[in-house]
Amino acid sequence: MDRTVVRAKGFSHFFGPLAALKNINLEIYQNEIFGIIGPAGSGKSTFLRSLNRLNDLIPGSRPEGTLEVGGQDVYAPGTSVVELRRRLGMVFATPVPLPRSVFENIAFGARMAGEKSRKRLAELVTDCLKKTALWEEVMDRLEMSALKLSGGQQQRLCLARILALKPDFIMLDEPTSGLDPISTMKIEETLRKLQAEYTVILVTNNTKQAARVADRTAFFLNGELVELDRTDKIFSAPSDKRTNDYISGKFG
Amino acid sequence: MRIYVDPKAEQRFFRALLWLLTGITVFILFFIIFYILKRGLPVISLGFLSKNPVEMGRAGGIFSTVIGTVALTLLAILIATPLGVGSAIYLTEYTRENWMTRVIRFGSECLAGIPSIIFGLFGFILFVTKLRLGWSLLSGGLTLAFMILPTLIRTSEEAIRSVPYAYREVSFSLGSTKWQTVTRVVLPSALPGIATGVILSVGRSIGETAAVIFTAGSSLHIPTSLYSSSRTMSVHFYILAREGISMANAYGTAAVLIISILAINVLAYTLMNKFMRKYC
Repeated sequence: MDRTVVRAKGFSHFFGPLAALKNINLEIYQNEIFGIIGPAGSGKSTFLRSLNRLNDLIPGSRPEGTLEVGGQDVYAPGTSVVELRRRLGMVFATPVPLPRSVFENIAFGARMAGEKSRKRLAELVTDCLKKTALWEEVMDRLEMSALKLSGGQQQRLCLARILALKPDFIMLDEPTSGLDPISTMKIEETLRKLQAEYTVILVTNNTKQAARVADRTAFFLNGELVELDRTDKIFSAPSDKRTNDYISGKFG
Repeated sequence: MRIYVDPKAEQRFFRALLWLLTGITVFILFFIIFYILKRGLPVISLGFLSKNPVEMGRAGGIFSTVIGTVALTLLAILIATPLGVGSAIYLTEYTRENWMTRVIRFGSECLAGIPSIIFGLFGFILFVTKLRLGWSLLSGGLTLAFMILPTLIRTSEEAIRSVPYAYREVSFSLGSTKWQTVTRVVLPSALPGIATGVILSVGRSIGETAAVIFTAGSSLHIPTSLYSSSRTMSVHFYILAREGISMANAYGTAAVLIISILAINVLAYTLMNKFMRKYC
């Protein structure tokens, strides 16, 4: 059985004349936690944003080659961007709760998709909050502004908000870069639990985080995919010298 | 060689100077308000507010001019707000910065600098005579709407621009369309700024004289339709003072004007605070 859910074939992404991604070839399998590491500017985030076409918002951005999600060409003319983004939930580096209540933040995606039943929305919100271990902390404050939550809570709220989309993928762009170790641990625990139901793509600046949670890890450098292998192999016996230099802290 | 200045003395000196400058500003402001209220308040009574002017305004009240002011301002705001906010949304969300947006912005800024009497003249020529709307609420409302449009566009644009880009990104990433992002995320966040622009415009419309006298006329009757000529409080005040009809009633009108503008501001900001505090 083919478990490939993301396939990049000779995929490049340009911003104007600048190539942020160069000829990427990789496959991501169902229900794995796929880690992407690499220094700033290596193209990790660009790769995530190519997948859900958030790069489209930037003037002069242009993809090349093919990128498939679930066998479907992401940049084919007929692809519904709205559908695509619902399938690929994304958590950003800084938690960005929208200026509305905790409830409305989580219900946002469903509301935009046309759900009106207050009862179904309430069930959805409860369910997603429980999955992200946030329920106990906010159950009696659902109508409070989401901006009043702590940083760690906000990031878990963002994760819950993604789950409410009922996506196939969870993409995280350095989700714990602004969080304390305990909040980071909670997010990582949640990710491991979510792995059963979702395919997780985790971009991280923290190589140790990839070592802790990822099944396979890709190392990006200057827009190129340098190495991709099982996480234990990458961190114990990388085949490329640059990978070794990066994970042992010689640069980046 | 530099002259030695004791930093503490310097600090004290500038603090005092700035305090003085602020003090003068506040004093002038309060003096004007105080003076007008002192001369105007004794004239104001329930009868003054509820009766129509008699003998050109020498006697009676200002009821019809209050109605004229409210109608004209409302009309101008109702016409200008959708136009202004719509243009602002287009300029910020639906086009990229190019020569055309710069031309539009430059044009609207030039429009903002045009003296109101020119707008009055323009409204008179276009609406009153060419389109044969006559001296009417409609002519006046359209003219005022054009006059406040640049302010509305400018303030709305700034308000929309100051909504964090991340909100848009998050909204898109959660699978909303552009229209949903604009109407459900961007506009609600920009609302306080847009409302400020609207309130400023209300203030300008209420106080406007030159543009109105040419276009809405100066009839003392209560307007019955969009095609009735009508006199606003500021026009009434101008005529009363200019023609020397009744200084007492002029000050009374001015006091009512000032109090209504203050009341509108206070009310609008209170409502907005209450509304915004919930989620920000």
